[in-house]
Amino acid sequence: MAYVPLADQDHEQELHHPHSWVEKYVWSQDHKVIAIQYGGTAVLVGFVALVLSLLMRMQLGFPETFDLIDPNAYYQSVTMHGMIMVVYMLTALLLGGFGNYMIPLMVGARDMVFPFLNMLSFWFYLLSVLILLASFFVGGGPTGAGWTLYPPQTSMAGTPGHDMGIVLMLVSLAVFVVAFTMGGLNYVTTILQYRTRGMTLMRLPLTVWGIFVATVLGLFAFPALLVSCIMMMFDTLLGTSFFMPAIIESGTPMDYEGGSPILFQHLFWFFGHPEVYIVALPAFGLVSDVLSTHARKNIFGYRMMVWAIIAIGGLSFIVWAHHMYVSGMNPYFGFFFATTTLIIAVPTALKVYNWVLTLWEGDIRLNAPMYFAIGFIFTFIHGGLTGLFLGNVVIDLPLSDTYFVVAHFHMVMGVSPVLVIFAAIYHWFPKVSGRMYHEGLAKAHFWITFLGTYAIYLPMHYLGFLGVPRRYYAIGETDFIPASAQTLNESITIAALIVGAAQLIFLFNILWSLRNGAKADPNPWGSASLEWQTPDTPPVHGNWGDKLPTVYRWAYDYSVPGAKSDFIPQNMAEEDVEMEDSAAKGA
Amino acid sequence: MSLFKQITEKPWERKGIIGGLKPEGTFKSPAERVALNFFLIAASIVFSLFGVSYYIRMELPDWLPIAEPTSLWFNTGLLVLSSVLFQWARNVVGNGGSKNVKLAFFGGGVFAILFIAAQLQTWEELQLTGVYLSSNPAADFYFLLTGLHAIHIAGGLYVWIKCVFRMVTGAEAKEQRLSIELCTVYWHFLLVVWLVIFAVLANT
Repeated sequence: MAYVPLADQDHEQELHHPHSWVEKYVWSQDHKVIAIQYGGTAVLVGFVALVLSLLMRMQLGFPETFDLIDPNAYYQSVTMHGMIMVVYMLTALLLGGFGNYMIPLMVGARDMVFPFLNMLSFWFYLLSVLILLASFFVGGGPTGAGWTLYPPQTSMAGTPGHDMGIVLMLVSLAVFVVAFTMGGLNYVTTILQYRTRGMTLMRLPLTVWGIFVATVLGLFAFPALLVSCIMMMFDTLLGTSFFMPAIIESGTPMDYEGGSPILFQHLFWFFGHPEVYIVALPAFGLVSDVLSTHARKNIFGYRMMVWAIIAIGGLSFIVWAHHMYVSGMNPYFGFFFATTTLIIAVPTALKVYNWVLTLWEGDIRLNAPMYFAIGFIFTFIHGGLTGLFLGNVVIDLPLSDTYFVVAHFHMVMGVSPVLVIFAAIYHWFPKVSGRMYHEGLAKAHFWITFLGTYAIYLPMHYLGFLGVPRRYYAIGETDFIPASAQTLNESITIAALIVGAAQLIFLFNILWSLRNGAKADPNPWGSASLEWQTPDTPPVHGNWGDKLPTVYRWAYDYSVPGAKSDFIPQNMAEEDVEMEDSAAKGA
Repeated sequence: MSLFKQITEKPWERKGIIGGLKPEGTFKSPAERVALNFFLIAASIVFSLFGVSYYIRMELPDWLPIAEPTSLWFNTGLLVLSSVLFQWARNVVGNGGSKNVKLAFFGGGVFAILFIAAQLQTWEELQLTGVYLSSNPAADFYFLLTGLHAIHIAGGLYVWIKCVFRMVTGAEAKEQRLSIELCTVYWHFLLVVWLVIFAVLANT
């Protein structure tokens, strides 16, 4: 079968038509339903991880007050909080949730290329989540090895969950990788091959570009996680020595010899660093579209933004060892990885400049999504700058394993993507649900979250400079940490509890608005991109009614000089654009 | 239009319909093939990372090389035959014919099954000579890599069985052209992966 250009694509894609409620909402093959299943599950486990972080903060702020948090529970909370947030919440929500919802709508397709595989992807993801959560209920509890799962301590008796917990974690991660691969192949192929007429690559909204490059990163980086999980599983269950060195546990030699723990670190971070960008790039894309729409201006430097996304994606594969400066390495390697790390700041800074320049002289509408998007610019600059410090070997060595690092990565890949996720949820909520959220509650949610995160993470930089080590269950008495550090810890904990509670405002707002929100206009923000131009709101199965849209322009025709409306939808032909009378006369 | 040309376009200058009324596809190729290519890259990365780990682990002092059983040459022959038969089926359908397609296509899968069986047999032989999982790192890698490769073949066989089922229940070979082509590509890929694994294992 030679490739046939799909001249009549309107009827090209056979859709799976559901016949019952279960097929429509449970075993659904509709990308929008799958997106909501993905997103809902991710938000749910995200809340579990949030509670775990609050437990940690309670222990750190008020040590020896809460009986239920012993050292084991503390380490288990650290581990599960980290892993859930990075993999099961952020990755799943941004790619499984937003990727699924946005890609077909933004490229003008009826659904993903492989809807069945897409459905399977969600169910595998759910399975991985259930396996992970099951580890809370097995003997010994979940693993407490830290989210990096470094051997040999993962398998040593002193680490909580060293028997069942770690096995469930590894199995769960392997299942997640399988789920991601199925979803990822769908996203990439849909973006490359299922764009509607006129939708060239450079007419794609930046959201799609971010998701596309992040998915490619995922497809190439998750194999490293899979490989390290498989080998570690062999070490744990079958007694091989891939990573486990000859080691003595409580006086008796363990049954291992000669493995290389450093090898695990390389494999893990070969996945782990691109993972940062798997989370960041979709967020970059989403925030670009939110900023542009609410500033009523085209995104500044669209081509540079696309190239920066691609450049960041490429570079992210050659910086991984900057997570391992203290593991010991040839100084030339350290020099190489420090250099590449600083180089990656160039395209990243370029993006920040372009966001700020997009706002410059814009007709800014300060809606809730815009609040969160602008908040993101602040936190991202903040976290990005501390990254420049940590990227240098000589500065990293004293700061490594202190609260400075905790503050850095929470600002740059915790708070920042989460603010974008909130921006994106508020921004697209009217399209997804057909109703408006409550603006006042959303803004309250913003201010508490935004100011609260600064109250949490800004002081952590100072704690880091003081030398307060991360991962410690309790600091106790030391010669070098002043007692006032504890006061700071208390205030951080109080801020964290407030921010945690404020997320209930968000949850309430979304759930309440689903039923009681004002009916939304199909395009309440006056957005130019394709997903807002669907005939139905919320879009129905098949998205586009009888005929697929034709695209005549890019997604950023805002405030076009001479045009009557301050935006021109992507699917509006040049001859249909209404011009101002004076402009018409002038012409 | 080349990919480079596409991403250097200035979308704010070019308005109107680009590329006539045809939908946009970056590659002139069915979506399934594009997806398979991405999968092959991901699978190559999995095997490459195991390969890198193998060489790093080999440098450590407790490494004891194992003698690869000679039966691996015979097994390799089975996999080569499997690949050749798939290529045959593909060539015939590619030229618009249908003669012997089913024979070649079924045969290709059968030889792949024989390959897996033979690999299992070799495992048994090794275990009888005292080389088993966790006996030493070289043996660990032997079982890990051959097992992983066999799992990939089994995954291919799942698609193969679905296609065979369609053919048996009356689908014309021509209608299965894409499936046959993709199976062939996948089998060649796994043959190359196997040859590399074989070379790596022998190179201790």
